[in-house]
Amino acid sequence: MKVMIRGNESIAYAFKLARVQVVPAYPITPSTLVPEKISEFIANGEMKAEFVPVESEHSAMSAAIGASAKGVRVGTATASQGLALMHEVLFIASGMRLPIVMGIGNRALSAPINIWCDHQDMMSQRDTGWMQFYAESNQEGLDLGIMAFKIAEDERVLLPAMVGIDAFVLTHTVEPVELPEQKDVDDFLGEFVPHYVTLDPQNPATLGSFGFPEHFMEFKYGQWIAMERAKKVIDEVFEEFEERFGRKYMKVYPEFVEDADIILVTMGSMTSTTREFVRRLREQGKKVGLVKLTVFRPFPKEELREILKNAKVVAVVERNISFGFGGAVYAELSSTFSRMKEKPKVVDFIVGLGGRDITFNTLNSVVEIAEKAMHEEVDEVNWIDVNKEAVLKAEGLL
Amino acid sequence: MEVITRGAVIPEPGNSVENKTGTWRVFKPIIHYEKCIRCLICWQFCPEPAILLYEDEETKKKTPAPKEPLKRLPVVEIDYDYCKGCGICYNECPVNAIEFVKEEK
Repeated sequence: MKVMIRGNESIAYAFKLARVQVVPAYPITPSTLVPEKISEFIANGEMKAEFVPVESEHSAMSAAIGASAKGVRVGTATASQGLALMHEVLFIASGMRLPIVMGIGNRALSAPINIWCDHQDMMSQRDTGWMQFYAESNQEGLDLGIMAFKIAEDERVLLPAMVGIDAFVLTHTVEPVELPEQKDVDDFLGEFVPHYVTLDPQNPATLGSFGFPEHFMEFKYGQWIAMERAKKVIDEVFEEFEERFGRKYMKVYPEFVEDADIILVTMGSMTSTTREFVRRLREQGKKVGLVKLTVFRPFPKEELREILKNAKVVAVVERNISFGFGGAVYAELSSTFSRMKEKPKVVDFIVGLGGRDITFNTLNSVVEIAEKAMHEEVDEVNWIDVNKEAVLKAEGLL
Repeated sequence: MEVITRGAVIPEPGNSVENKTGTWRVFKPIIHYEKCIRCLICWQFCPEPAILLYEDEETKKKTPAPKEPLKRLPVVEIDYDYCKGCGICYNECPVNAIEFVKEEK
């Protein structure tokens, strides 16, 4: 069934179709509509779940952990500062190997306060042991939301997962979305079976115990193994999803890359603009390609090495910044190539922070620098569409 | 029991007794029974609890006491497997019957 829904509703529908049993959530712009819509589903009797209104995101994630430890399917949603407030609890969810799924309305972090899109919130949670998926459209938000449960709950994985949908560009934008039938999602996901030790008075166990130095590293190594194994499970789930629902997903989604000299790497909603931009460049005979990174954790090193190996320049277009180094994707991509003899030159482009539009003009500036990089040295990290003069003045450099 | 499990779960609970916390001790309390009036204040205050209470006739009778009639009362003993040597009992004893000495290992 085709429906017209906002990105937040995609997440809410994913939870409903996945028959999520517990949703502890605290509202925050731009993901407030997720718990709102879920409460509505529950009130209307369309969804049989426990909604837990909590006093903060820290409590939301704590409640999610408690519920998941009981052995039920749990989902929640947050964004930006809310996700940052959850930070310490996120490690507990992944360390306890609980397959919680969380929708994120990817939003900038203060200061200055800003409610619009960039990927800083999720990128800052990179090392929490959660899998990370980034949606390009509301359809992807829904599909990845459903698939995230199957991947997270797989006996070989058992790791929590976040699905990012870009603030406003997706969360509040109405798009046509193909809503799968409940029966088909039931068949795809199967009944929820916790492949882990749960809180059960009949079979007492200790969860969230102490780990002494002589054991702690082994538990961390377990998480490392699980994340590595998730790579294959993600491929399997993506393939099965395509067979059943006809929509194709790949950790790294390449387009126009075969003979491309320059390949743009994008994530999330900016991919749509970039695809059209690249298509037009192709019409002009320019050898430019596009790679969409759908999965950031686990980082798809192998696929990226294979797909990007013949490019001359890889232009990473990203909506996050690690001050003192560059973009997070640039950092990881560069180190991914470090053992290759013949490797493309990686150039970083910081764009669209705090909801600044990513337009053809933005991408034109990116490609101009990337073209220059084919035969001369360019800056490693390039800030695009920034009034540099004003900043230099403010910093007393002009 | 396997110590390394997924998610650091302990599937067989009630095993903290296996962790002999007495090894943490730097100072060691020693009860001098010839001074102990069996008031049980140390037993009440011990946070572990590593002071064990014996109410059986045999232990009550065979443990020395400053006065014979005190032997009718329950008597305590320190469980050195779990006593961490915090010194609270030594601090609380109203008759200074507990000595606190450096642990020798």
